Amino acid sequence: MKIFGLSFKVIKTLLTTQYAYMLEYRIEIALWALSGVLPFIMFSLWSENDVGNTFGLNDIGLARYFLSAFLVRQFSVVWVVFSFEEDSLSGRLSPYLLQPLHPLLRYVAAHLAEQATRLPFALAIAITFFFLNPSSFWLPSLPQLFLAYLSTHLAFSIAFLLQSLVAALCFWTEKSSALERLIFVPYLFLSGLLVPLSAFPSNVLKIAMLTPFPYLINFPAKILSGMPVDIFNGFLAQVLWILILGPSVNILWKLGVKRYTAMGA
Amino acid sequence: MNRYFKTIRLFWSTAFASQLEYQLNFLIELLAMLGTLLGSVFILSLFFTGGRQLGDWTWESALVIQGVYTFLDGLTNALLRPNLTEIVNYVREGTLDYVLLKPIDSQFWLSVKKFSFAGLPEIILGLSIVFWAAIKSGTSFSFYSLSVFIISLSIGFVILYSVWFLIAASSIWFVKTWNATEVLRALLAAGRYPISAYPVILRFIFTLVLPVAFLTTFPAEAILGELKFNILFLGIILSSLFFIFSRFFWKFALKHYTSASS
Repeated sequence: MKIFGLSFKVIKTLLTTQYAYMLEYRIEIALWALSGVLPFIMFSLWSENDVGNTFGLNDIGLARYFLSAFLVRQFSVVWVVFSFEEDSLSGRLSPYLLQPLHPLLRYVAAHLAEQATRLPFALAIAITFFFLNPSSFWLPSLPQLFLAYLSTHLAFSIAFLLQSLVAALCFWTEKSSALERLIFVPYLFLSGLLVPLSAFPSNVLKIAMLTPFPYLINFPAKILSGMPVDIFNGFLAQVLWILILGPSVNILWKLGVKRYTAMGA
Repeated sequence: MNRYFKTIRLFWSTAFASQLEYQLNFLIELLAMLGTLLGSVFILSLFFTGGRQLGDWTWESALVIQGVYTFLDGLTNALLRPNLTEIVNYVREGTLDYVLLKPIDSQFWLSVKKFSFAGLPEIILGLSIVFWAAIKSGTSFSFYSLSVFIISLSIGFVILYSVWFLIAASSIWFVKTWNATEVLRALLAAGRYPISAYPVILRFIFTLVLPVAFLTTFPAEAILGELKFNILFLGIILSSLFFIFSRFFWKFALKHYTSASS
């Protein structure tokens, strides 16, 4: 059996080498994990000012939501555009393109390996959070955990494809990481990282739901924290976005490689 | 002293010339800035739904804080980020040697070498919001309140610069401290909201440990004419300490600099 045309042996080698590589940067990754504290800052504001009541959310529910948002973000962070830009400008991409392995799959392996390295740090932060807010402690049920896991992976896939789309623009412009900001800004405000989307006014919510962003944080975080959520439609939307973005990346990539000029080689 | 002003002028005019090449970048930054501002004001407005207040701050006065934040963010993008994130590259590639050999203060050189003009609209917009929102909340400006505002804004900037520089300077030992600036950015985002809106422990941390309060809340209070004099006094002392420490730390770091690949 093959996944993306790769045998298990290749996948295993890819993941273990990337994991070994990532282990070298443990402190860096710990800092990365720590830089995701924004949901906690927002939580402290929400609970201190008793804002949740206005939107029919209680403190415990909010605590769980923001912790879930933090965790989902930890395992769906994508930085492919930055790696890709660096590799492309320094000419490292040329040997990658010659190998019988799609360069994007190499980055996927790097991301998955980084997530595994990140896991203990993310858990340590979660435990600290429970220690500070003992009343919010909960253990999601197994099916809940499974669905949250699945939707976080789908969220990661959407985020990865979205950024790969920008990364593919590297073939045309040198500074595509600047373009990434244009994705990051709506992501920050519409994904649910700062507030649960149910607090949005209905007209803003309608617009937000037309974008892929709510499915990156809000949807998986709601499942994990046990908030009411339309599971079927959520997964449907996630899969639809993957089906839209996947082929687009593929096409743009193929067009781009034809233009590749091997900078720095 | 004159030599330093002349150097800055030369640095920034070459920076301007080289950035004219990337006009698209300027446009992207502008769009990103407007989007960020729109989003932040929207998130802030959620705290005020149903006529509530945020830590004793009215909607208009909370907007003053957003303005101060936008202004400092603009300065960060224009000056701090382009310069201080480069230090790690100088260390890694060994080009820091050339900087140290120049007959000018190395901390000065490293801190003002570049100026990203894409940050300029953010600086101007930030200040405009400050004054617009202050007028909206019924403040009348006086010479005194304006001077206190300028002083407290300088205090904020000096603290911000020193913290950034400390992290950047630590790259002499740890080449991979770039991520620490990401942690800093995340924590500084707390400055978008008034300090009184936070739980007591965080208020303490954000005032004395990582003085986010001095960056945004206190300058906003200054322009609204509500800043207490002893806070201003504390700010002057704290920012001086931060700055002196950053210089001391740089000197200390240089003693440990062993130069790479040369």
